[in-house]
Amino acid sequence: MIKFSEQTLKEAERLIARYPEGKEKSALIPLLHLAQDEFGGWLSPEAMDYVAGLLKLEPIEVYEVATFYSMYNLRPVGRYVFEVCQTGPCMLRGSDNIIDYIKKRLSINVGETTEDGLFTLKTVECLGACGYAPMMQLGQHYREHLTPERVDQIIEECRVNAAKNN
Amino acid sequence: MGRKLLLEKAHVEGIRHFDVYRREGGYKAVEKALKTMTPDQVTEEVKKSGLRGRGGAGFPAGMKWSFLAKPEGVPRHLVCNADESEPGTFKDRYLMEFIPHLLIEGLVVASYALGSNDTYIYIRGEYAWIVDILEQAIEEAKANNFLGDNILGSGFNCRIHVQRGAGAYICGEETALLESLEGKRGNPRIKPPFPAVKGLWDRPTVVNNVETLAAVVPIINNGGEDYASIGVGKSTGTKLISACGNINNPGVYEIDMTISVEEFIFSDEYCGGIANGKRLKACIPGGSSVPILPANLLLKTAKGETRMMNYESLADGGFATGSMMGSGGFIILDEDQCVVRHTLTLARFYRHESCGQCSPCREGTGWMEKILNNIEYGKGKMSDIDLLWEIQRKIEGNTICPLGDAAAWPVAAAIRHFRDEFEWHVLNPEESQKRNYGLAHYADPVHVPVG
Repeated sequence: MIKFSEQTLKEAERLIARYPEGKEKSALIPLLHLAQDEFGGWLSPEAMDYVAGLLKLEPIEVYEVATFYSMYNLRPVGRYVFEVCQTGPCMLRGSDNIIDYIKKRLSINVGETTEDGLFTLKTVECLGACGYAPMMQLGQHYREHLTPERVDQIIEECRVNAAKNN
Repeated sequence: MGRKLLLEKAHVEGIRHFDVYRREGGYKAVEKALKTMTPDQVTEEVKKSGLRGRGGAGFPAGMKWSFLAKPEGVPRHLVCNADESEPGTFKDRYLMEFIPHLLIEGLVVASYALGSNDTYIYIRGEYAWIVDILEQAIEEAKANNFLGDNILGSGFNCRIHVQRGAGAYICGEETALLESLEGKRGNPRIKPPFPAVKGLWDRPTVVNNVETLAAVVPIINNGGEDYASIGVGKSTGTKLISACGNINNPGVYEIDMTISVEEFIFSDEYCGGIANGKRLKACIPGGSSVPILPANLLLKTAKGETRMMNYESLADGGFATGSMMGSGGFIILDEDQCVVRHTLTLARFYRHESCGQCSPCREGTGWMEKILNNIEYGKGKMSDIDLLWEIQRKIEGNTICPLGDAAAWPVAAAIRHFRDEFEWHVLNPEESQKRNYGLAHYADPVHVPVG
């Protein structure tokens, strides 16, 4: 059985308390973020059922929300997920080339994970960084003004971090 | 250089923190409103200002506030729409990131006017680091009694909560946002009832954009009449424009809506001209949903008048020869860009973001993407162009929410103004894979499809 750490449980309680009594379902989306962060970067059926239990919801109410929003991963992902924007404004500044470069550099296609489990490449639609294009989201932050050199640096940085934290 | 009301202090060192913000004159609007004005007087001032909703629709904010139902004993809510997702738009992010207290201050004043004791900021899930910035600003405001219980001894209580979304453009539509805030899929609601009567948890609710709420601060500080005196006609006050694409200085600019489009693009104070010495081909002036315009119709209206950066002038000529101010997402295409490919990325965006409730949008956005994909990759037929036109026409106006229109308009405008470029792709399937069409459309006027 999976469950939140004590600290995450406390954060979950803080989030739930922001809504009036009887409206706890409003905390579902924030709690799914917590679950994804805590349980390996994706939402397994067990993780979703656990959140349903916390909010006293039917599991189906959680599944229908988790499948609607693009930030939730419903399959396992690599440790570092490169979410590269491909919408118009980023395309005008060369995002197609950046996506091709990452594919070659990591020898994976969009939607795939490297064999060592370190990197997943995803394409995403507009993330609101159009003036700083091309860009990608990596974890909680944006990486902007991407060039092949910048991508190399980011990959190296991830590898170093992974080695340090193993 | 025009007056700046929102970003004037955005780059003062430390302005993200309460002490510096306060020292620079911050929270005076809260003092003035809560100590010297009634809630209705605050609403009156916003009405006088002529402030129009800055999210894209441009509806008068004061009027929206005055529609709020006030049944006895039912809590009311203010919800701040920070789900900025319209391609080309990144102004709210800038405001929240650099001067978060301006939004918090606007929220306190607006909450007072509307009687909202629990106010929510719904922010797009990807802006995760901004959630931390806002929550810190909220804590600081609370510690200084500009938020929380009995603010400045006025008897008014207000809590502000920040709620993250999880990736869905549709949640920028106010009723989808409310569904999402209730912990559901972001499916827009059928209106009426409007949120002003039945909104969050069926309670009366006002949903306003970040920039709209921030603008309440200068309106209260200087008075609605002062705000209305800036700008021109019904385009009062200042507007944030996020400029991107093939320009020298992409970024967020505060303009007073009296400058021309040409000045905005070419002056060093703003976009700084087209990057790499290229020529201007086209522009989407108000976020990806609004019609794209070729350079000749962008800089001058069909009547030959200089086109200005305001609501009326950008819309001059209707959809036949004009566009819209929209969200202020200003996207520039240079001579090397392919309108077909650019339109394809937008069609893909809307297909991805359609919530799937209404068949015309769910099916039509997918068809448009597939057809555009064929044309772009040299597999298109001439009849595909008319088919695209027919599909977009059947989406527009036939859906619960405006996402259908938003998906239809970019395709319609691309065909309307750049039909020759689509035809060239169809007629030259091999050549179009190697080079772009360039600036041939300057021959204008191209024929407008009937209907």
